[in-house]
Amino acid sequence: MDTGVVSLKENNEMTENGQSSKPLKMRCRDVSVFYAEKQALFDVDLDINQKQVTALIGPSGCGKSTFLRCLNRMNDTIDICRVEGSIHLDDMDVYDPDIDVVELRARVGMVFQKPNPFPKSIFENVAYGPKIHGLVSGKRDLEEVVVTSLKKAGLFEEVKDRLHEPGTGLSGGQQQRLCIARAIAVSPEVILMDEPCSALDPIATARVEELIDELRENYTIVIVTHSMQQAARVSQRTAMFHLGVLVEVDDTDTIFTNPSDEKTQAYITGRYG
Amino acid sequence: MTSYLLICLIGVVFIAFWAGRTKAVKLAGSELAALHSRPDYHGLYTVILTAFPALLLIPVWNFFASRIIEGALKREFADHVNGLGLPQLQAFLRDVNAIVDGGIASNRDEVHVLAAQYLSKLNGTSDWLLTSFVLLLMAAGFFHAYRQISVQNRSRHVVEKTIRWIVLVCSVVAIFTTIGIVLSLIFESVRFFGKVPLLDFLFGLHWSPQSAFEGAGAEALADDNSKIFGAIPLFLGTFLVTIIAMAVAGPIGLMAAIYLSDYASSRFRAIAKPLLEILAGIPTVVYGFFAALTVAPAIRGWGESFGLSVSSESALAAGLVMGIMIIPFVSSLSDDVINAVPQSLRDGSAGLGATKSETIRKVVLPAALPGIVAAMMLAISRAIGETMIVFMAAGTAANLTINPLEAVTTVTVQIVTLLVGDQEFDSAKTLAAFALGLVLFFITLVLNIIALRVVQKYREQYD
Ligand SMILES: Nc1ncnc2c1ncn2[C@@H]1O[C@H](COP(=O)(O)OP(=O)(O)O)[C@@H](O)[C@H]1O
Ligand SMILES: [Mg+2]
Repeated sequence: MDTGVVSLKENNEMTENGQSSKPLKMRCRDVSVFYAEKQALFDVDLDINQKQVTALIGPSGCGKSTFLRCLNRMNDTIDICRVEGSIHLDDMDVYDPDIDVVELRARVGMVFQKPNPFPKSIFENVAYGPKIHGLVSGKRDLEEVVVTSLKKAGLFEEVKDRLHEPGTGLSGGQQQRLCIARAIAVSPEVILMDEPCSALDPIATARVEELIDELRENYTIVIVTHSMQQAARVSQRTAMFHLGVLVEVDDTDTIFTNPSDEKTQAYITGRYG
Repeated sequence: MTSYLLICLIGVVFIAFWAGRTKAVKLAGSELAALHSRPDYHGLYTVILTAFPALLLIPVWNFFASRIIEGALKREFADHVNGLGLPQLQAFLRDVNAIVDGGIASNRDEVHVLAAQYLSKLNGTSDWLLTSFVLLLMAAGFFHAYRQISVQNRSRHVVEKTIRWIVLVCSVVAIFTTIGIVLSLIFESVRFFGKVPLLDFLFGLHWSPQSAFEGAGAEALADDNSKIFGAIPLFLGTFLVTIIAMAVAGPIGLMAAIYLSDYASSRFRAIAKPLLEILAGIPTVVYGFFAALTVAPAIRGWGESFGLSVSSESALAAGLVMGIMIIPFVSSLSDDVINAVPQSLRDGSAGLGATKSETIRKVVLPAALPGIVAAMMLAISRAIGETMIVFMAAGTAANLTINPLEAVTTVTVQIVTLLVGDQEFDSAKTLAAFALGLVLFFITLVLNIIALRVVQKYREQYD
């Protein structure tokens, strides 16, 4: 608890020096990731501010997804993956062996690249998280959570008449918003999104981007994206990765108008990646 | 003779292929692309025209020739044959054929030997004729095809059409064989139900076909027959053994599959999966003596130490061992379907904070359910159809019981015991085997239909 307070103070100080005035949500220091012998991330220091969208950009294979998966320990599911360094969520040490991954993932939700609704009804998809975490006490409660989550994900109007039909029957964009609703239903504090629009058409993409912008009110969001425009549209801060190294992190406006690193400049002007 | 012809035919096939192909290549010269069909198709075209008419002729010829020859033989030896009844006539023909083929003939008197000589002369003529016709057909087909081959010749179409016909014929053969088997089951069963009423058979509680009375006065005793062909004990026995087997194989197989697909390291999996599949390759008779010699006595020993009376052959022993036998069926198939559940679903669940076992129970297994049901159904079919283990370990006594510690018998075992030994083919005992087979077929069919429906229902929902 003590260390938490200290670290938060420290962070605030630091962010005052920086460009953003938002309080800190997650703090990553010296994060290195290895897949077996191969190092995929090198000493990444990155702060993630509360109730803001942080975009991770960079060429394919530079370690964006790897970094994102560190934040809720999804890397644990990969046997050969090893993480070094420290990551804190508020005052909780994410990689403390004593912490409960289940609780961590309830606080740090995740939306994947390809929409992956469970082969269950729309209702059951959203109810899944609350049920396993025992967040609801009765049927009424559950229904309320499901409806609120669907509403927050901007999907409710489209599916309210077919809540008990399979979630896999929805369009790609709707499926992705269902996955967002599913993540919201456990009331996470942070939502991680790994290229959430890469499998969607432009209209569905616009819809999801809009949604991300709305969600920023209540959630801290980290989004990996391939699209510079998307990073510019939805994020307030942008982190640029290259070959496993965090090259630059700054306010999105600054990154896109006046990047200090030439690799970033090359990347955002489309010269590679 | 025919076998030499077939060997000769195979040789001709290669020559025809080579000749057709070579001609096509030569015709095309440097411009291979100008050929309507690739050279290989011209080769195959030549093969088809050369070999197929001949191949068709051989069975047709043999079919008619054997009948014509038999007719001629009967006419030639009319004096001898006319006095004979049907069985004696068949015996006569059998003996004559045996003498010709150098087999064991029960009667070698003068008439038989003469008839044999006559028969072998006719056979010789027939073979000689057939050979000449086949060679002629092949030559004609070959030269016709060879002349036909040109740059524009549509060999590919002919080949494709022929292939279409071949696969069609094969599927028709498969379908008609099945239909034929089912029809024969039905016809023989109907005959059986002429002797024993259907309801007495299906709902009778007493099975002791060895006391069936045959021969003179059978009519008068038909009533008794209807009392000893009650199949309920057999079906109950089958049901009991199957339940025990599935109680073993279902959970163990499924959990083994879950371990293999979601928990085991890939190295362990690479070793364990083939090992499990070897288990499926052990002949059932081996399981059978394992059941009879090891498991049954062990169960008996345990039972007695608890003061239970266990017969030396028991449903439990057979069921347990059969369960072990079908574990690989359940585990291997289930493992495949569980593996086919996309990793993205597992990630999605883990990302929501579900533990591994929650993910498996609530996401993976439901998604894999259709396949798992199919695997279970297959295993049940296997268990119902299994004979050897039950025969050896559960016995042949048709007790009407659901006590797993007693000896029971199953439908398949009874079919075996009904058919072994010297039986008149149309006795009630033999025919009962067909009736049992029919009911068994019907049950398996229903199981399969249910399995298919379950699978379909989930497909519609999740695809
Ligand atoms: N499961 C894995 N096993 C081994 N190597 C991996 C795995 N996932 C990612 N990598 C490697 O780590 C590096 C970073 O990958 P990733 O984080 O997916 O990049 P990005 O998301 O930026 O495209 C790549 O070189 C990739 O080959
Ligand atoms: Mg990625």
